[in-house]
Amino acid sequence: MTLPAVKSTHHERRLHPLPVRVMHWINAVAIFIMIGSGWKIYNDDVILGWLHFPDSLVIGKWAQYGLQWHFFGMWIFVLNGLAYLTYGIATGRFRQKLFPVSIRDIMATVSDALHFRLAHDDLTHYNAVQKILYLGVMAIGVLIVISGLALWKPVQFSELAALFGSFQATRVVHFLCMAAIVGFLLVHISLALLVPQSLVAMVTGGPVVVNGPTHPPETRPPETPPPETAVEAEATH
Amino acid sequence: MSIRTPTPSIFRPRKVVGQDVLTQNRTLFDDINRRNVLRGAISLGALSLLTGCDVSEHDSVQKVLRTVSAWNDRVQATIFRPHHLARTYSASQVVKPPRFNAYYDIENVKPIDGATWKLELAGRIDNKKPWTAEQIYQLPEQEIIIKHICVEGWDYIGQWSGPNLRDFLQRVGADLTAKYVYFVCNDDYTESIDMATALHPQTILATKYAGDVLADPFGYPLRLRTSTKLGYKNAKWIKAIEVTNDFRETFWSKQGFNWFAGI
Repeated sequence: MTLPAVKSTHHERRLHPLPVRVMHWINAVAIFIMIGSGWKIYNDDVILGWLHFPDSLVIGKWAQYGLQWHFFGMWIFVLNGLAYLTYGIATGRFRQKLFPVSIRDIMATVSDALHFRLAHDDLTHYNAVQKILYLGVMAIGVLIVISGLALWKPVQFSELAALFGSFQATRVVHFLCMAAIVGFLLVHISLALLVPQSLVAMVTGGPVVVNGPTHPPETRPPETPPPETAVEAEATH
Repeated sequence: MSIRTPTPSIFRPRKVVGQDVLTQNRTLFDDINRRNVLRGAISLGALSLLTGCDVSEHDSVQKVLRTVSAWNDRVQATIFRPHHLARTYSASQVVKPPRFNAYYDIENVKPIDGATWKLELAGRIDNKKPWTAEQIYQLPEQEIIIKHICVEGWDYIGQWSGPNLRDFLQRVGADLTAKYVYFVCNDDYTESIDMATALHPQTILATKYAGDVLADPFGYPLRLRTSTKLGYKNAKWIKAIEVTNDFRETFWSKQGFNWFAGI
């Protein structure tokens, strides 16, 4: 039995639905503003004696401009981030794309990568390392906002600030989160440039997926299950 | 006077950079700091590449950024907890002397003569009779050992004492329903705080540090110390206090720093 054509087009979706693409690029701009202005603020009282960010890389020529950008960008980053997390959870996108992830899968992916066997012809399927990186950077994103709130309001949000110990310890956490995000971006952007169709997909939406992620033809079930089942089938795939 | 960063951190260099080169070349630096020189300077910043100069300075961009900053003032006023106390510390943790900060260097501080100094009162206050230092130093004192957090990111623990600002405002018959308390300082610095912060239990007119009368660089004879604002809101060398409903830009807010600056 095959589903009527009308119904299948009804469920036809792109790999990256429009909301995901819009939120991705808003986030890209927000991250750019937050890191550049954060580096300007950092330079006024450095944590690492040897590390000053060059003027050519920071946003804001004067301290107040760096601060203005940071406390402007935070609204975009936080509101867009909340929308993204809500969307990812509510639509099941996270569950479908990022779970489950097992230690064995990670080992296998690392092994494949070391043997130059890593497949990336199927954009719709994330390998275990990608899953870990995306989940990790989301957790870091949450932590950088929480530590940021503790830095912004160490007295009003003293209960939150207490989680980090001292004000200076909070700064270090906030800084390390930034460093982790920068590290993620180096990998993320490098891979996007190495596999340009992934970059194109984040603009155009990428390949059409019917009832969720596509399966290679030989593993496609004879009957297309209803959407919920399809999601679970992929999740345990 | 050492300006060593007081907060111990394993990430911080043990030795501070020598300040001699700064003091020896003061005239040169003042010249470099002149705005018209810097405006013409070419920046290689990522954003600057698009425009040829810092995009932040453009009027339209400043308008947006300052509108958001004003919105942030309102958000901060909303989340302010009027009775929530900042953490206090023990006397053994106090850094002595306090860390100096102003819009100029410590050697340019102009000491005030306590014998002739008077505190002027203005605005929505019943009894505007000026106060002498002697009169103020006789008022009941409150001591707070709190953290000073600078917008730059450094902090230190300080021990401040002096009359509670709420008590003082009540004593002179100030309108406690007014919106702002505005401070005019001897060095042409201005600051203003919202009334909720002025009435906070940890907001005082400090006259002493670590039990001794304030030294000249730290605001003698009278300065503000509040536990709920960034360092720059704590006006030093106060010469006039005005209670008002009119919002006025202050020394740093005119230059684009956030006005509320709550912590």
